Amino acid sequence: MASMSLLALTACAGGDEGTPTLSWYTNPDAGGQAAIAASCTEAADGAYRIETVSLPREAASQREQLARRLAAKDASIDLMSLDPPYIPELAEAGFLAPIPEDKVEVFSEGVLEGALAGASWRDELVTAPFWANTQLLWYRVSVAEEAGLDLESGAVTWEQLIEAATEQDKLLAVQGAKAESFMVWVNALVASAGGQIVTDPAADSETLQLGLDSEAGRAAAEIVGRIGSEGLGGPGMATADENANLSTFQSDSGSFMVNWPFVWPATVSAVEGGTLEEPLLDDIGWALYPRVTEDAEPAPPLGGINLGVGAFSEHTDLAYEALECIVAPENQVEYFISDGNPPSNEAAYDDPQLAEEFPMAETIRESLELAVPRPQTPYYNELSIGLQETWYPASSVDPETTPVEATDKILSVLRGEALL
Amino acid sequence: MSGGRGRGAAVAAEQDSGRDEAATAARSDRAKAEARLGWMLAGPAFVVMLAVTLYPILQAVYESLFKFRLTAPDERSFVGLGNYGVVLSDPVFLRSLAVTTGIMIVTVVIEVVLGFALALVMHRAIKSLRGVLRTAILVPYGIITVVSAFAWFYAFDINSGFVNSWFDWVPGIDENLNWFADTWTSLAVIIASEVWKTTPFISLLLLAGLAQIPTELEEAASVDGATWWQRMRRVVIPNMKAAIMVAVLFRALDAFRIFDNVFIMTNGAHGTEVLSLLAYKTSIGRLEIGMGSAISVLLFLCVIVICVIAIKLFKVDLAGARGEQK
Repeated sequence: MASMSLLALTACAGGDEGTPTLSWYTNPDAGGQAAIAASCTEAADGAYRIETVSLPREAASQREQLARRLAAKDASIDLMSLDPPYIPELAEAGFLAPIPEDKVEVFSEGVLEGALAGASWRDELVTAPFWANTQLLWYRVSVAEEAGLDLESGAVTWEQLIEAATEQDKLLAVQGAKAESFMVWVNALVASAGGQIVTDPAADSETLQLGLDSEAGRAAAEIVGRIGSEGLGGPGMATADENANLSTFQSDSGSFMVNWPFVWPATVSAVEGGTLEEPLLDDIGWALYPRVTEDAEPAPPLGGINLGVGAFSEHTDLAYEALECIVAPENQVEYFISDGNPPSNEAAYDDPQLAEEFPMAETIRESLELAVPRPQTPYYNELSIGLQETWYPASSVDPETTPVEATDKILSVLRGEALL
Repeated sequence: MSGGRGRGAAVAAEQDSGRDEAATAARSDRAKAEARLGWMLAGPAFVVMLAVTLYPILQAVYESLFKFRLTAPDERSFVGLGNYGVVLSDPVFLRSLAVTTGIMIVTVVIEVVLGFALALVMHRAIKSLRGVLRTAILVPYGIITVVSAFAWFYAFDINSGFVNSWFDWVPGIDENLNWFADTWTSLAVIIASEVWKTTPFISLLLLAGLAQIPTELEEAASVDGATWWQRMRRVVIPNMKAAIMVAVLFRALDAFRIFDNVFIMTNGAHGTEVLSLLAYKTSIGRLEIGMGSAISVLLFLCVIVICVIAIKLFKVDLAGARGEQK
């Protein structure tokens, strides 16, 4: 390691200015990561310079690009923003540089439970938690009042939402498009029903076991199928992603929506820009993610971004120095305010600025404590696509057959006996 | 040319056999030099072609014999033709093959008819309009496929599209029609965008064919009292058969490799997955290099089969279309 960084240093000394440049491959955002890169470059005082490189918009495409570059031992990847479900695959392939022991403590201290789990693989921290995302239930106060639902106290079930929407002839905004967001929804339903999509995530492709063909799997299929076949998601449901959901929710037929917190700043700026009416903001409420049954725990989806260091980087030491600066709680607060992405560090939530900008910050933190990650397996991509292939469109989901079909399909794909 | 040369040589032989031998030797020297020059001129391009096409093809064939996942390089193992067995027996592949073939046939048929009409318009247009008309017709072909796919996608999209509100007087179209939530409506939009985008190409090839027909033929036919339809059927179309077949072949091969429109609009949802997309998803998305290569090789074989069918069965004469003599 020492000789490597020495080599790198001498190599760079020949270049202009002699300051090593770290490339940070970021997921597209509203510019917050670039701002943090600039402030950390300044703080480094010449020790390194961070440059951001933008990855594709879709999480699956980000994985595609990073995995292909890393498989070709791309030395230009120093830092990368990673979606948690894809971390096991990269870690298992040896594409992530191991975290130095003294940094493990730094990166995990005060981090929310769910975010920490998402940053680890085989009980070892392999990435640094940066921001943690979770979905809330967003509701139109007027619709909830008319339905007589007391959402302030929490504990609402999908059944109640379906009834309220049916009675008032309104639309439920759920992610029904054939995309990763559909998997996020199904996973949350299965988890809230007390099940797991993968029962032994660390198993290899030949022995992996799925938990879809179970009571929990059928309960999830029941809800997805009912919303789909009764048309409660509206005519656009089969192509609705998170952004389409937001437009549905903001429209007159909006009622309830499960979605990430970005919807709040997006709606506020639309109102400020004059494209939406002011009273809409007062009609929007938020609560914890809905449960499958009354006595079940809600299992809100967990998202976010963790930061990894490329195994083939020439500056792994410096990259970890830079990471320490990037994930500092004050940067996480900045990032939440600028981009709407919630901090992974508990301390960040104590910042008074947060409560002002995000009245739902406390609910987000509560939700993050309950959040359940998507299955952490190196075969996550196959799992997610296989589930989308069999569960999509929502209107075709049948609790008796769909979970069994999905299990057969995914397992035969993993054994290399079928195409996806 | 060669006939003339032969006759000349025969005359020369009668006059002086000794001189003829020298002439033959000189000609063959010249022929050799010409052949050498030909190779020298075409050689670099030929080498580059081999490097960028043959090498990847061979590599794909080689990779297709392995079970190999990019993120698990250590588990690479030789499986022989196993991948081909899985692919060929999988309903996903067979469905993609059927969808791809269907799209190819429908688009090519529509495009030939439309393209022929456009070629006629361009051919007959008065001189002052010709330039403007040709440019207008060629514009869609100049647009990048991904861009045109996005334009069509947003036009038909249920949230941002205008098609539903403009055409709500058409039975079956209303504001709640989600074009990309059903196989047939998705395919209709995909095919329509493909036709819009590539008809200019086919009409350009057909225009070249039309221009080759001597005007005397048509004039003679019309003097004989042939109607417009008879002139088309008996004079124009038979005379441009080579151009039509080449246009059909090129477009069929192109249409068989359709990717962008499907990728942007549905990404294969609702049974609209085509072969190129399946190959892409397997090797690039799932990083299954072995299985993905097998699909690519099969796609390549399909393209060759289409070529062979077109050339052998329909006797497409590639040289004839360029106006060369046999």
